[in-house]
Order: sequence, then C-alpha cells, then structure tokens
Amino acid sequence: MPNHQIDPNNWISQYSDYLFNYTVTRVSDRIIAQDLVSETFLAGLKSMANFKGEASERTWLVSILKRKIIDHYRKINSKKGKAEVRMSYSNDSDAEGDWLEERIADPFDKTAEDKLENAELGNAIYDCLDKLPQKQAEVFKMKTILGYDTETICNELGITASNLWVIIHRARTALADCMEKNWF
Amino acid sequence: MSKFKLSCEEANHVCDKTQYKEASFWEKVKLNLHLIYCRACRKYTARNSKLTKLVKSSKMEYLDHSAKDQIKVAFEKELAKHQK
Repeated sequence: MPNHQIDPNNWISQYSDYLFNYTVTRVSDRIIAQDLVSETFLAGLKSMANFKGEASERTWLVSILKRKIIDHYRKINSKKGKAEVRMSYSNDSDAEGDWLEERIADPFDKTAEDKLENAELGNAIYDCLDKLPQKQAEVFKMKTILGYDTETICNELGITASNLWVIIHRARTALADCMEKNWF
Repeated sequence: MSKFKLSCEEANHVCDKTQYKEASFWEKVKLNLHLIYCRACRKYTARNSKLTKLVKSSKMEYLDHSAKDQIKVAFEKELAKHQK
C-alpha cells in the first residue's frame, strides 16, 4: 500500500539533523558525516523512482545512508596495505604490556556501551522533536543543542524574547512528556 | 511581579531560564521560595532539569546553519536538474 509520499523539497529541513546525528555516532568525524549526509540526499534524489512508499521517507533515507557509511569504511580500509601479514599474537604493537593477561579488556572501561546508549538517547530525543511543531523544535535545538544566546536566536528568527521563552516553555513541556513515555 | 512572591507562571519562566543559566541571583532566590510551598512547580522544575540533563548526556550533534546551507546548495542544484 503506497501510503507514503515522497517530496524532496522538505528533506533537508526535516531530516538532515536526524541523519547527521545518526552518522556522527557511527563515523565519529563531523566533516565526513556532513559529506555522507549530503551524498545521501543526492543519491535519494537520483533513485526517487525506486521509492515504493512502503516505508516512511526517513526510513528510506536512513537505508541509503547505511550503505554510504559502509562504503565509506570500505574505502578507508582498501587504502591500507592489503598484503600485510602480521604474525604477532596481537597486532597493536604500541599497546602496553607484553603479557596476554595485560591485554584483556578492561572491565571498568564502559565507553563502548555508554556510546551506544548515548546514540539511542539522541535518536529518541530526535523522534520526540519530530512530533513538535517545527518552530518549537527549531528554537529548542538552537537554544539547547547549539547553545546560541537568546539575542542571536531572536534576531535570526525575528521574534521577541518573551515570544522565545513561551516557545521554549511549550517545547520543554511537550518534550518532557514525550521522553517520559518513550525513554523511561 | 511583587518583591518576594512569584506567580506560578513567573516561576516556570524563571525555571526555564535557569536551565540555560540565564536567571539572575534574585530570581533564583524567589523561585526557590516559591518552590517551598508550590507542589506543581516543584514537579515542573524536577522534570525540566531532568530533561536538561538528558539532552546534555546524549551529546547530541546538530548541524549548524552554514553546514546546512552547504548541503542545501548542492542539493538544490541537483533538484533543479532533476525537475527539468
């Protein structure tokens, strides 16, 4: 059932943040992530005819983005020496300690897990932001994530300070509701 | 706004401001006075600071405007080609 429409005019304003967040947690480089997102939009435009409407636009774009990320990792790996054969029992020669006992994973180092959780949390917040009216989401993102000060936002969007605080208040209330339902 | 007492609306406003560290010292004192006797605002404040903590701990990434414009320019060029 083709109930999803495709409309590339709104892609950038609607999905670029979500896709960017998704990419950054996977390639951990802002510039590469930005390029990948840009490529994804272009690729999506080219293969728009293949969009069947079975999934939402965002899911469809994410699936393209996933391929781009895989391609990116393939590209870096092909640059490294292919024919190198390492015979040592561990291939990171600069790591501390020569004994096998010193090489097991540090049980107190939980960064990988933390990172995963952070990525999920970020996506959950974006899902909730998607449900807000666009203006509220925009103002909230500028204020909270980019950390712009009130004046800058007011000038850029052409609103008054009290107007801004009302928008922030509504956005925060709605977000807190949504996060309480979906995250905790 | 009277000297010591805040209405709930004002209290919420001050609470929003504290999330961005923009409330003055005197405003914060008045907010805390208000929170002593107002249960609804206590709840709002608790939720509000929880949200701030969450957003901070997620380390969300967000494209700034110049980067977004770059993508937009490249995209619109293609789009124009496409719609011809």
